[in-house]
Amino acid sequence: MTISTIRVPDVGEGVAEVEIVTWHVKPGDHVREDDLLADVMTDKATVEIPSLFAGTVVELGGAVGETLAVGGVLCRIEHAGTDASPETEPAKVIAEEPVKAVAEPVAAAASPKTAPVVAKSAASEAPAIRQTQVGSARAPRPEGAAPLASPAVRDRARRAGIDLRAVAGSGPAGRITDADLDAVFAAPPPSPAGETRRARKEGTERIPVIGLRRKIADRMALANARIPHITVVEEVDVSALEDLRAAMNERRGDKPKLTLLPFLAAALKRAFVDHPEMNAHYLDDDGVVERHNAIHLGIATMTPNGLVVPVLRHAEALGLFGAAGEIARLAEAARHGKATREELSGSTFTITSLGPLGAIATTPIINHPEVAILGVNRMAIRPMWDGSQFVPRRMMNISASFDHRVIDGWNAASFVQRLRGLLEAPALIFMEDEA
Amino acid sequence: MTEKTCKVLIIGGGPGGYVAAIRAGQLGLDTVLVEEAAVGGTCLNVGCIPSKALIHAAEVFAETRALAGENPFGIRAAAPEIDLARTVAWKNGIVSRLTGGVAALLRKARVRVVQGRARVVDGKTVEVAGMDGAVETIRCENLVIATGSRAQAIPTLPFGGDILSSTEVLALETVPKRLCVVGGGYIGLEIGTAMAKLGAEVTIVEAAPRLLPLYDNDLTKPVAKRLAALNVRVLTDARALGYAGGQLEVQVGETREFIAADKVLVTVGRAPNLDGFGLETLGLDRNARYLAIDGQCRTSMRGVYAIGDVTGEPMLAHRAMAQGDLVARVIAGEPVAWDKRAMPAVCFTDPEIVSVGLLPAQADGAGVAVFPFVGNGRAMTRDRDDGFVRIVFVRDTGLVLGIQAVGAGVSEMAGQFALAIEMAATLTDIAATIQAHPTQSEAVQEAALKGLGKALHI
Repeated sequence: MTISTIRVPDVGEGVAEVEIVTWHVKPGDHVREDDLLADVMTDKATVEIPSLFAGTVVELGGAVGETLAVGGVLCRIEHAGTDASPETEPAKVIAEEPVKAVAEPVAAAASPKTAPVVAKSAASEAPAIRQTQVGSARAPRPEGAAPLASPAVRDRARRAGIDLRAVAGSGPAGRITDADLDAVFAAPPPSPAGETRRARKEGTERIPVIGLRRKIADRMALANARIPHITVVEEVDVSALEDLRAAMNERRGDKPKLTLLPFLAAALKRAFVDHPEMNAHYLDDDGVVERHNAIHLGIATMTPNGLVVPVLRHAEALGLFGAAGEIARLAEAARHGKATREELSGSTFTITSLGPLGAIATTPIINHPEVAILGVNRMAIRPMWDGSQFVPRRMMNISASFDHRVIDGWNAASFVQRLRGLLEAPALIFMEDEA
Repeated sequence: MTEKTCKVLIIGGGPGGYVAAIRAGQLGLDTVLVEEAAVGGTCLNVGCIPSKALIHAAEVFAETRALAGENPFGIRAAAPEIDLARTVAWKNGIVSRLTGGVAALLRKARVRVVQGRARVVDGKTVEVAGMDGAVETIRCENLVIATGSRAQAIPTLPFGGDILSSTEVLALETVPKRLCVVGGGYIGLEIGTAMAKLGAEVTIVEAAPRLLPLYDNDLTKPVAKRLAALNVRVLTDARALGYAGGQLEVQVGETREFIAADKVLVTVGRAPNLDGFGLETLGLDRNARYLAIDGQCRTSMRGVYAIGDVTGEPMLAHRAMAQGDLVARVIAGEPVAWDKRAMPAVCFTDPEIVSVGLLPAQADGAGVAVFPFVGNGRAMTRDRDDGFVRIVFVRDTGLVLGIQAVGAGVSEMAGQFALAIEMAATLTDIAATIQAHPTQSEAVQEAALKGLGKALHI
């Protein structure tokens, strides 16, 4: 038997340390080769680390949320044999250590066939030790029977506003135990209609802010602390744009479906011609504003783990359908946590949209060190005055925030008006290529 | 006339009232306690504590007297004498230590104790007439009635002269030669037994067919047996008709009998103190002759509470104390309510009787397991193997519904009986709890084992 150390692999990009996001194993677990051990996070990419051995996990290198250096100990696995290191892995990832507890390593080596048997039996015992949850409590007492509980349990129930008559007791003779109350706290029973008091709840759940969530928190705190935001909200009549989009989608054939985003990208591309100060980074530590010729549009995307911002690179060089396809691919990758580091960094301007969930107005927070962000709100048909009567128009509000240190209010407002003009008369977006 | 205000005003400084006051004070409520005599009430001054002192002295005397004759221990001693005046002085010393302690606790809890007699003006106002005649008006937000009870008189035997209540008999400085006890409840039996041990010729007159009518025959039989051994004459189905010329006239069945008695002790029960201090002006709802209360000791008037003997049976100091604690916490806004399962009752007769929870006759279809002290080593070494421990339980679940015991010294078992029932213990819980050897408590475990069909020592 051998204990091998699995080290944090070099995930490239000059990343020096990773944060443990999830452990898929715990000490004592039996793992097969290629079973996932842990998810670690580098900047914004999550990397899954598989096991190189079949064996039993002996020790974990850190708790969830801890940061490990590349090359540091991720975990240690006890496995059979001494020659189990797969050749596909660089040797630096694995370090072999003989098990001290084995009295006669020679004997173990001499009869390699016995070793796996030992490992297997140890592993098969492990799950049996696990405590199983006690089954459901007995049915509540017969009608009118007083609930049985110790004074301490009664007091706890009363303070929590729980009527013990409605609590099933799992103890001897149907006694209501502390554990039964715990179950009530965990899942309050549906209260019968009428006067029943609602249970007050006790306790708090502590959720460690780790991984992507911590990254988001840090980025938001940085942006909010450094950047004095000015937000401009404007309503946009998107009837014409929506008609155009519907017409294009109707005859798209096997091209990707057009969402609003490719049109926004195109409109921004036009607007940046007059407002190059918006497609920029303000490197506040250096006191420099970098205006970019390339347009790398960050697209804020909700994923099961939180907000990520995949980047539509070189939007200036993409047509509508090209942008649509790329955006769909990036969103898919981001949602499944498969986006690469490159796909998650380097944006020069960011669009954020809550889609149908969006409100009337939002106040987007700038993706530091960018200088502006465009928020798209919910589209709705609203009555608009056309000079003689109310007409139903498809309206959408846009909220744009600007770094007020480098963007003045007048510039911000004229940029938003420019965007509005382009979106309300979408032909201009494309006409001006000629102009 | 002076006037003061407070958050909580408690009338009566007995076990209910003083506990309520201490707890209220501890909870930061501005509290006034009105007491006309001494704090501690009937219990400390003229009830529980004095009677237990007398019972103990009588027991010591009787044991010593037994040593003057033939005894199994091989001890030879001269016939003892007792100076009851000194016994009473010793008892008074205990009482003053205890009442002094209560007074100190009240001070510590910052309770203002007002000496005087209270008169209820309305639900928020009480006038207190002090010893010096000065009248003080106290306004309160919450009023607690804790005025307790007094010995019940019977019309044919009005208290006075040689007709005594328990209060007077506990202050006697000589042992009456012949004592007639009218009422065979626990108070009459406790004092009657003590007086018999002190050398009085005691006759007990009970109207019911047997003594201690609240308990079953199995529990009272050892007591009756012991009374016979002490030469106490017991008349059942007997009614006292009057007392004149040192003769108590008693109707026993069809026959009329005259019993010579130097003193007559009347212990036919206790009546709540609800009259004569203006309480009737509040028009509070009654429950028979007691004040009606809810699960938080509230009466029918908002802000007026009642605790202790005025709220009915069982009239026990420990019940009043628990209510006192409860009412203070209710007034302080805590979410508490009366939810007790166990209310222990002890008769300090000889042998003692303890009862917690249901008697067999009160629990339909319940299982009953009895373990007699004849099978208990410790009882034998005390030369008192009379009595037993009995557990009443639900047959299919083993849930303990009641525990009773009769035997010498069993009063100290009341705690474990009450704990078992309050915790909703089952026979298995009790059987699985190791009891120290050799103690009488082993009988509790054995009774539980017997109930489970696993008895070891029987």
